[in-house]
Amino acid sequence: MLNTYTWPEYPYIQSEEQKNSTVKRHPVVIIGAGLIGLTAALDCAQRGIAVVVLDDNNTVSIGSRAVCYAKRPLEIWDRLGIADKMVQKGISWNLGKVFFKEDLAYEFDLLPEEGHKMPAMINLQQYYCEEYLVEEVLKYPDLIDLRWKHKVISLAQHEAYTSLQVETPDGVFSLESDWTIACDGANSGVRDMVHAEFTGQFFQDRFLIADVVMKADFPTERWFWFDPTFHKNQSALLHKQSDDVWRLDFQMGWDADPKEATKPENVIPLIQAMLGHGTEFDLEWVSIYQFACRRIDKFRYGRIFFAGDAAHQVSPFGARGANTGLQDIDNLAWKLKMVMDGQAPDGLMDSYHEERAFAADDNLMNSTRSTDFITPKNRASRYFRDAVLELSKKYDFARPLVNSGRLSTPTPYLHSSLNTADEDDFAGKMAPGTNCADAPIRVAGKKAWFLNLLGDGFRLLVFGEAPAVSEITYGGISAKVMTAGNDFEDKDGLLTTRYDGADGTVYLIRPDAHVAARFRAFDPAKITAALARATGQKEE
Amino acid sequence: MALNLKVNIARPDDFYEELIHMQRDLSEDDVQLMNAKLILILSNHIGDQETLSEAIRVARG
Repeated sequence: MLNTYTWPEYPYIQSEEQKNSTVKRHPVVIIGAGLIGLTAALDCAQRGIAVVVLDDNNTVSIGSRAVCYAKRPLEIWDRLGIADKMVQKGISWNLGKVFFKEDLAYEFDLLPEEGHKMPAMINLQQYYCEEYLVEEVLKYPDLIDLRWKHKVISLAQHEAYTSLQVETPDGVFSLESDWTIACDGANSGVRDMVHAEFTGQFFQDRFLIADVVMKADFPTERWFWFDPTFHKNQSALLHKQSDDVWRLDFQMGWDADPKEATKPENVIPLIQAMLGHGTEFDLEWVSIYQFACRRIDKFRYGRIFFAGDAAHQVSPFGARGANTGLQDIDNLAWKLKMVMDGQAPDGLMDSYHEERAFAADDNLMNSTRSTDFITPKNRASRYFRDAVLELSKKYDFARPLVNSGRLSTPTPYLHSSLNTADEDDFAGKMAPGTNCADAPIRVAGKKAWFLNLLGDGFRLLVFGEAPAVSEITYGGISAKVMTAGNDFEDKDGLLTTRYDGADGTVYLIRPDAHVAARFRAFDPAKITAALARATGQKEE
Repeated sequence: MALNLKVNIARPDDFYEELIHMQRDLSEDDVQLMNAKLILILSNHIGDQETLSEAIRVARG
């Protein structure tokens, strides 16, 4: 197989504590240096939390894993200063085509709204993302201690800490952590160690993934086939990644023999049939997978938090795996910082489960629905599926019923206990619990983006006259005021439109850029109460 | 909009004949597909989710 990519090998270094046989207590231990663990390390470090990251391997993701990164996760990476690299290397795309048998059934355009810094969607091989994350992590030698070939083999939770047994090439040693973030993937060992439930639905189907390198001029679009003539009664997908690598995905059915199916003599004719004979390509990766839609029962087990695939597993249709995992970290890091600093009570950490389990359930629902459409469970649903596809060729009404994967969008925490309910009417989408929309602004005459202005603390976004105070504080936590027209210019008016920002309007925005509360007037008492609520504090 | 389970088709025999007739020379497969399409077309025409949910419950029995 051809490789467009050379996997880096990171050095194993024996830690001082193992060398000296001392048991050291660390503020935060992150288990797993994949997309989610590395992002967690960066988010913690940028908030001044020292972390130890343990990974049982010594390289980045091998094989075909996540491909599509949606706007919101890119915004999170942008807050951490690493999105530009991903966007530059990745492939931006907006167009999708859905085929049924030999015909085009319909096309869709993600139609990204203008005036956002980040694109709607990029495609990029997971190994690049992880490599860039590692590069960034190494810029924090004082705060991030990234240890390769460190495998957690057991743990014990105590009231104030967790002790972990870790195996390295030099043997087994112990370390302790105040807090632990388990990002050790779908087969999470930590999840088993705390005896968590990980339940859901298994799908009796197998899919073959092939990453191929080719220079053919297929457009940069997502092509999805239902029951194509080149692969009867199954589905297939074609999608471009970076470096002329294309992701191909073939539904194989439950009876497919994984060993047989992945043999080049069986894979190559299948690909030739899809791409057309005469199209030159090289295989970079072939594997077969089956999937489940399931989630952990509790995202928090005492002092251990679960994030990413360790907490939830979805079908690949809709690119909801990595995208959701990154939002887990966005939700977790600021809360952990406030609790560690003694500014917020331990109960704030329970809202991590509350908000992210809610999001995971939403993702699981969407993912399961796509799967039910793509792989009908019985003859009757197959007829309905085919009826929708046939009708969609001619009639508009059937097109929204076609489900080849609903692409990942953030789930607003509409019912979160951290929200303060609206007392007034607002137009637009920025209800409490929703992630903040970006907008182009100007700072001191220079072009800038609203989300970049938010930084990593609580903020009060004010429209109209600047209030008399520059911040509102409760229990040591401050929300700094930023007034449109004063601290920055909303020259195009997009921010004002998106936030329905009539004069006097004020938004309380969380450190993860989610709306906590909004009011039509700057009332310090109400804002203080909302800040107390958003940080899990009971107002005295 | 409540689901109408009272008489609403003016000429029931005409309607029934047309439905049956249209499927007479179709294979079993094509009949199933046509029925599925018909359900989808009518469902879209009704549109109202509550009415559709009620109809689904009534049909299931």
